Amino acid sequence: MTNLKINGKTIAVDVEDDTPLLWAIRENVGLTGTKYGCGIAQCGACTVHIDDAAMRSCGVTVGDAVGKEITTIEGLGANGALHKVQQAWIGNDVPQCGYCQSGMIMAVAALLKENPKPTDDDINDAITNICRCGTFQQVRKAIHAAANA
Amino acid sequence: MLPRTREEVAVNLQIGQHVMPKLNRRAFVIGSATAAAGLALGFDLPFGGPAVVRAADGASEVNAWVVIRPDDTVVIRIARSEMGQGTLTGLAQLVAEELECDWSKVTTEYPTPGQSIARKRPWGEFTTGGSLGIRASQDYVRQGGATACMMLIQAAANSWKVPASECKAANSVITHTPSGKTTTYGKVAEAAAKLEPPAEVKLKDPKDWTIAGKGLKRLDTVDKTTGKMIYGIDVKLPGMLNAAIKDCPVFGGKVKSFDEAKIAGMKGVKKVLPVGDSAVAVVADTWWHAKTALEALPIVWDEGDNANLSSETIATWLAEGLDDAQPTFIGNQNGDVKAAIAGAAKTVEAIYSYPYQNHATMEPMNATALYTPDKCEVWCGTQDGEAALAAVLDVSGLAAEKIDVHRLMLGGGFGRRVMTDYVRQAVAIAKQMPGTPVKLLWSREEDMQHGKYHPITQCKLTGAFDADNNLVALRYRLSGQSIMLSEGSGAPKNGIDPFVFQGVDQSGEAAIGYSVANLLIDYAMHNPNVPPGFWRGVNLNHNAIYLECFMDELARAAGLEPLAFRRKLMGKHPKHLAVLNAVAEKIGWGTPAPKGIYRGIAQVMGHGSYVAGAAEISVTDGSKIKVHRIVASTDPGYIVNPAQVERQIAGSIVYGLSALFYGGCTVKDGRIEQSNFDTYNSMRINEMPKVETVLMPSGGFWGGVGEPSIGIAAPAVLNAYFAATGKRIRSFPLRDQNSTFA
Repeated sequence: MTNLKINGKTIAVDVEDDTPLLWAIRENVGLTGTKYGCGIAQCGACTVHIDDAAMRSCGVTVGDAVGKEITTIEGLGANGALHKVQQAWIGNDVPQCGYCQSGMIMAVAALLKENPKPTDDDINDAITNICRCGTFQQVRKAIHAAANA
Repeated sequence: MLPRTREEVAVNLQIGQHVMPKLNRRAFVIGSATAAAGLALGFDLPFGGPAVVRAADGASEVNAWVVIRPDDTVVIRIARSEMGQGTLTGLAQLVAEELECDWSKVTTEYPTPGQSIARKRPWGEFTTGGSLGIRASQDYVRQGGATACMMLIQAAANSWKVPASECKAANSVITHTPSGKTTTYGKVAEAAAKLEPPAEVKLKDPKDWTIAGKGLKRLDTVDKTTGKMIYGIDVKLPGMLNAAIKDCPVFGGKVKSFDEAKIAGMKGVKKVLPVGDSAVAVVADTWWHAKTALEALPIVWDEGDNANLSSETIATWLAEGLDDAQPTFIGNQNGDVKAAIAGAAKTVEAIYSYPYQNHATMEPMNATALYTPDKCEVWCGTQDGEAALAAVLDVSGLAAEKIDVHRLMLGGGFGRRVMTDYVRQAVAIAKQMPGTPVKLLWSREEDMQHGKYHPITQCKLTGAFDADNNLVALRYRLSGQSIMLSEGSGAPKNGIDPFVFQGVDQSGEAAIGYSVANLLIDYAMHNPNVPPGFWRGVNLNHNAIYLECFMDELARAAGLEPLAFRRKLMGKHPKHLAVLNAVAEKIGWGTPAPKGIYRGIAQVMGHGSYVAGAAEISVTDGSKIKVHRIVASTDPGYIVNPAQVERQIAGSIVYGLSALFYGGCTVKDGRIEQSNFDTYNSMRINEMPKVETVLMPSGGFWGGVGEPSIGIAAPAVLNAYFAATGKRIRSFPLRDQNSTFA
């Protein structure tokens, strides 16, 4: 058994150390908000926070994640309230199909923690997630809204 | 192999004719292709009835569309599938508008296609494609809402023993006007459900709408921001196992053998199964174990007749279709093109081509199936619940009353999930493991290599001018793949495919916007053995590029600027012209652009709507393109939710530009070369232009909004690229033309 610290809880999972963290989260822990999109760290649908940094969990192994604080979309809010990025997403009606949005929101939350008032250029550099529905215009608007919240 | 198909084509074409193939009203198994072609099947509309139908929680159905709970919650049934396009919210708005209910109390529910069949299809079509979701059902869903409203009013009037004509409903409250007495929908719903539905209802004039027509927030947003939304990939059932699959990488190939013993000891592996004659699945406790074992499984393929198919052989074959001597069928014709070109003072000719594209939905194909000899159920995202049901019916071999499909949110559809190949596979696997639910998930690589690809085409265009630079003839020869008639698309192979003329039709919902005295638009069908599908926008995508880029070429040849040149040909097409004028005005056409910025325009009609676009770009080093701004206008007749229409237009531009810059699936050794987002890239936020929409619904018709604007994205940018560089790009994606996003 391997102990993973996910969303503030220590969870014992029966999984090999070389399993991608994405699949341990989805299949062994059972948190399915983190999505599979490509498996090669290209699309960002599986983005989680590892010690506050946005990481593509398909490219991180369980072994690498042991002992670190892992946050998934389910654990982003605190004290029963949604995170300000989630609120801005709702306020701006950002998602279309929504499949990539967990990863998008996690990437943006990490950006705002590091850079509370990002410029458009900062956003362009930091947010590289793929959204096939093409929500980028609303994503940008919502990032600024969250930054000003 | 190509020659066989080619002979079939030659035999089957009825040269010069242009008729819609006759489709009988067969059973529901006709599936998706018909609706995508704009055909609708009839169905009964039994709105309510004396026997009260109960919803799952015991609340009474006022009719098939509306359930009202005692606490006044309104449950609106949605037959079409939500995949991000906003149909779920828009359809609910239309029902709620006529129902006169409190929008804050509205929730939605998907009926299953099995329930629909059992009840003689009260919800009509489930197909969600062709930008038809709202426009093809707006009339009967509004009737459903209006009928329910009248029955609720009647029930209240009965309880008060007053005439219904003295009562009115608003915001889920019924008021007896003379006395001021009120009651709520929740209190009279049970009684209303027992009434006979009215024979006739009158729908509101859209100008009186208060819920429809407004940019209300979507009903499905919150769960999409918290990770709670359940997509097909997220389904969990007790005792469920997971399957990974590999289909023969060469289209049409088969499995020769696989060496199960080699992976027998691998962790979690439960079974190794053939799926049909072309695929192998590994079933394991987790998908990760299944996929890992599948990659280690030795499989020997019989690659079959297509092993030598390549992009080069396909391109050569399609180019033959551009020859005047080729058999074709005609889509649009007037005057005498041959004579006009022969007698012209000047002619211009160009050849364009458009590649295969993969839908690349963010959620790869998946379906979960549970089979027993008495029942087969499937849980999946699908754009056509009834087509999925038909697939379950066929593969399970069970009777229709023993099967059903439970629809879940789609992580993107774009036309891919109109097809049911992944559903068939899931059932084929589950059937080999009775009693065990199995979730089949494709890897991204499987998804990239077993798509239903945007059809590949080439187009030769010839324009002819008289001595005064008037365009006197336009010849448009299309060669390439038919979605409707390709092998594997489920449609009959004989006959002709008028659907290929989307955007250049003479009339109808995809009509050309220009009048040319001598016009000939025809098509040589060449169907390579790569399975085609309805790729968001469908045939409009390449036709819009061919027509609108060539119009730009003709304008330059005539010495006119592109807007003025187009306007001369658009006098008889006022709605096409109106959207074009709108973008021209908003982008400042005719006024100097900022330094280093170049503009291009395009217009087209498709999916029942008139759309236009104007782009502003800059180009560095002749090849690095920055798309700064796109103004996009649309006239879809009516607009149900303007906020969602704006998002569909912006999203369409992303889809169109991703395909233009990064897309393109190439074939080598009979297989698709691209395997993931590293080789089939997609636009990111840094490449997103500012999109400004101009919504100009003119009323009187219902057009779609999910697809048509894809058509204008590419030609507007390509025409701006010519303005910037003097270079005309006629083959795509730009990735292969040494051009890319700046």
